[in-house]
Amino acid sequence: MSNIRFRLNGVETAIDADPDTPLLTALRGPLNLTGSHFGCGAGECGACMVLVDGHALTACDTPLWSVVDKDVVTIEGIGSEEQPHALQRAFIAEQALQCGYCLSGIMVSAAALLKRNNNPTSTEVKAALDRNLCRCGSHNRMVRAVLRAAAEMRAS
Amino acid sequence: MTKPATPSLPPSLAANPKLSSWINFAAGGKVVVSPGKVEIGQGIVTALAQIAADELDVDIARVQMVRATTSASPNEGVTSGSLSVQHSGRAIRFAAAEIRQIFLQAAAERLGVALDVLTISDGTIAGPGNVATSYWELADDVPLDRDATAGAQPKLSGQRTLAGHSLQRLDIPDKVFGRPRFIHDTPVPGTLHGRVLRSELSQATLTDLNEERARKVEGLVAIVRDGNFLGVVAETEAAAEAVAAALRKGATWSARENLPEEDELAEWLKQQPAETAVISDKKAASHVAVKRTIKRQYHRPYIAHGSIGPSCAMAQWDGTSVRVWTHSQGVYNLRSDLALVFKLPRENIVVEHMEGAGCYGHNGADDVALDAALLAKAVPGRPVRVQWSRADEMSHAPFGAAMTIEIEADLDANDEIVGWRHQIWGNGHTARPGRADNPTLLAASELATPFPRAISVDPAPASGGGSDRNSVPLYDFPAWHVEAHRLKVMPVRTSALRTLGAQGNTFAIESLLDELAFERGEDPVAFRLRHLSDPRSRAVVEAAAQRAGWKPAKQDGVGYGIGFSRYKTTGAYCAAVAEVEVGEDIRVRRLTLAVDVGEAINPDGVINQIEGGAIQATSWVLKERVRFDRTRITSSSWTDYPILRFSEVPDVEVEVISRPEIDSVGAGEAAHGPVTAAIANAVFDALGVRLRQLPITRDRLIAAMELSS
Repeated sequence: MSNIRFRLNGVETAIDADPDTPLLTALRGPLNLTGSHFGCGAGECGACMVLVDGHALTACDTPLWSVVDKDVVTIEGIGSEEQPHALQRAFIAEQALQCGYCLSGIMVSAAALLKRNNNPTSTEVKAALDRNLCRCGSHNRMVRAVLRAAAEMRAS
Repeated sequence: MTKPATPSLPPSLAANPKLSSWINFAAGGKVVVSPGKVEIGQGIVTALAQIAADELDVDIARVQMVRATTSASPNEGVTSGSLSVQHSGRAIRFAAAEIRQIFLQAAAERLGVALDVLTISDGTIAGPGNVATSYWELADDVPLDRDATAGAQPKLSGQRTLAGHSLQRLDIPDKVFGRPRFIHDTPVPGTLHGRVLRSELSQATLTDLNEERARKVEGLVAIVRDGNFLGVVAETEAAAEAVAAALRKGATWSARENLPEEDELAEWLKQQPAETAVISDKKAASHVAVKRTIKRQYHRPYIAHGSIGPSCAMAQWDGTSVRVWTHSQGVYNLRSDLALVFKLPRENIVVEHMEGAGCYGHNGADDVALDAALLAKAVPGRPVRVQWSRADEMSHAPFGAAMTIEIEADLDANDEIVGWRHQIWGNGHTARPGRADNPTLLAASELATPFPRAISVDPAPASGGGSDRNSVPLYDFPAWHVEAHRLKVMPVRTSALRTLGAQGNTFAIESLLDELAFERGEDPVAFRLRHLSDPRSRAVVEAAAQRAGWKPAKQDGVGYGIGFSRYKTTGAYCAAVAEVEVGEDIRVRRLTLAVDVGEAINPDGVINQIEGGAIQATSWVLKERVRFDRTRITSSSWTDYPILRFSEVPDVEVEVISRPEIDSVGAGEAAHGPVTAAIANAVFDALGVRLRQLPITRDRLIAAMELSS
C-alpha cells in the first residue's frame, strides 16, 4: 500500500492503494466515479479512456503509480449538465449513440483530439477514435458530433 | 343477424389486461408508464413514451418510464425480434386510449357537461365556459385496476402530434454526462463483489482445486464451489479480482475434444444428427421443363455478440427469497429459469431490469444473473455484484449459430427460374431461458447435480422462424421447397443473435439471384424488380437504387451490389446498395439503404437502428468469425475477434419510406441481411469472384481468385 496523489478532475486527490492497481479500479471503486467503463481490462476497447495530462489513455491498464502528480480527467470532469462541454452538447444534438456504454471513452478520445486540433477532418476524427470500439454501429453519428463540437469551439 | 365484431386487444394487452399495470397518474402531474419491454440501447423507452404522451395528450416531460420488474410490470416476454413497438407500443396505445376515454367520462360527470365538448391539453380536461379538471384531480375517483376492453379507438395517425417526430432520447443525457445509468455503475449499498472462474476449455471438468493461495488474499469473503461451478466473493472489486487470480492458479481443469475442426465446419454441420422440418413447399401451377439446375453452397460462421460491456448482475438473498438485478431481455423468463435451478416458487424471486451495454440477442446477461444468485447464496442478506471477464464474454456467452445453406435453382430453356430448393443445416437459434422444462442458464449445467445442457431450438415459422428465418423466397418464383435441418448436438453453444437465421438466408438467396442475373446479362436491380410484384418491396428496392445512383459507371477495383429482404417476411422492408473498393484490403465505402417500417414513431430512432444494423452487418461480413480448436474457443479477446473500427466504417445513408397509416414494425434487424448480400454482390461486381463463405476477407478472396484463374 502506498499513498498515491494526483489531480482528479481538477481536485488534489490522495488514496491508499497498491501502486500497481489499475487507475480504472481506483476510479470506479474508492473514488466512486463510474462514468469510465470497464470493457476488456486489456486496453483494447477504449471504454475506460481518461485524460492523463491531456492524453487519452486506457485507465484499465494504466497503473496508479504512473499517474502520480499528474492531471487525470474523466468524463465527469469533461463537463456537466450545468456546464456541458461542446462535445456533450454535440453528442446530444446528433443523438450520437445507441447503448452508450462506449461513449465516455469516445468523448474523452475526442476531447484529446480537439485540444490539439480544433479543425479536424472527418478522416482525422476517425483516426483519433480508432482505439475506441463501438458495437452498436453509431460511428458515423459520433464523427458528426465531434465535427459539430469542433465547429462550435472554433466559433466561440 | 350477425354479431358485431368483438373489438380485439393487442396481444400484450390481452395477456396483461389490467389498465393500471400499464399506466398510472402520480403526484406532481406525472404519468407513470410501465412497459414489459426493456431498453437495450435501441431507444425503445423514448418511442413508448411518445406513444403514451400522444394518446393521453400530455407533455412528454410528464411521462416517467418504469423499468421492467417481475414485481409489478406486465409480462411481455422477451425484448427481441424487433417487436417492441409492435407489442408494447400497441398495448400502451390501446391502454392509453381507453384511459383517456374513462377520464373524459369522469370529467363530463364532474363538470356537468357533455363528453364530446371536452378537450384535453397537457392533461388538463376543459369544457366550455372555462370549466376544467385534470387527470390528476380525477385520479383518486377513477380506479384503473380494471381490465381493458378495447372499447376506445386510439387516435388516427393524423391526430397524433408526437408520433412521426424525432424526439430526443430520454436516456441520452445520463450517458453523455457519465452519470450512473448502467447496471455496472449502480451497485446497491453494501454490495460485495463476485467473480466466477471458468476454464478456457469448453465444457470443462474441475478436476482439482487448491484454495490455499486464494485463502490468503485480503478481503476474501467466500469461495463457492458446486461441481464445476467455481466463484469467489470479496469485499471489493479489486479483492475479488485478486482472489480469483490466486484461485485460478490452484484450479486444474480437463476437457474432451468436443469441438469440430474449425476449417471443416461448413461440411461438419451437414454431417450431424439433425431433425428435419419442411418450412415451405410451393408446387408449380403447371409443369415446366427444367433445362438445367444451378447448385450453390453458402456458409456463415459462429458470430459473437461482443457487447462492449461484459455481462453483469447483482443478487441478494433473504431467507428463501432472492432479488436479482439484471440486464436480461426478459425478466419473467429469467425468473422462471432461476426458479427451476433453486427449486423455488416463482413468487420467491423478484427480477428487476437495469440497463446494460448494447445487447444484440441472448448473450451472457441471463447467465451472469444465475452466477450472482449462486454466489450471493453463500452470503445471506448481502447483495453480490458479479461481472464477467472479457474472455468469458467472448467464449462462454452463446453465439449466433453457424449455418450451411445450399440452394438449387431450376432454370428453363430461357434461363428463367422455375424451381428453387433451399436447405439449411445448423444449430437452433434460441436457447433463451424460461421456455423449457430445464433451465438454459450456463451455470445450471456446471453444478454438482447438473441440469442437462440445452440444445438450441428454432422458434416456430409463425413467429418468424429461427434457422429458417427469411428462407422462404419473397420473389414470385413458380415453385419452391424449403427445409431446415436442426442439429441435435451442440458442441458450440448457440442462441439468439440479431436476425437469427435471416442474415445467412438472405446472403444465400440474394447472392444466387445476383449470380443468375449476371449469367443472363441482366441488371441485378431490374432482375429483382421483374420478380417482385409486392408494391412495398418494389418501393424500397427502387428507392435504394435511385438514391445510390444505380448503377454508377465502372471503375477499376470498385463494385456495386444490391440486397433486399423483408425481415421475417412480415416485418420491415429493406434494400441496401453497397459500394466496395477492393485493393490491398476490402473496404466498404458506402451503404445506401431504403427502409419501410410502416409508421415510423421516431424517424431518427429508425434511422439510428438501420445505420447501426448496417455498420454491424459490415463488421460481421468483413471481419467476424468465432475461432476455436478442438477443446476451446480461441477468439477470446478483441485482438482475436476483431470488429470494424472507426477508420473502416462506411458512409451510410438511410431513406425512410414513411407510411403513417400502417402499423409500425421494428427496425432493429432489418438491415443485416440486405447489407450482407449487397457487400458480397459488390465484391463480385468489383472482381468477378464470388465468395460464398462469410466472412469475406482478403485471404479468402486471394484463394478464390487463384482457384478461378
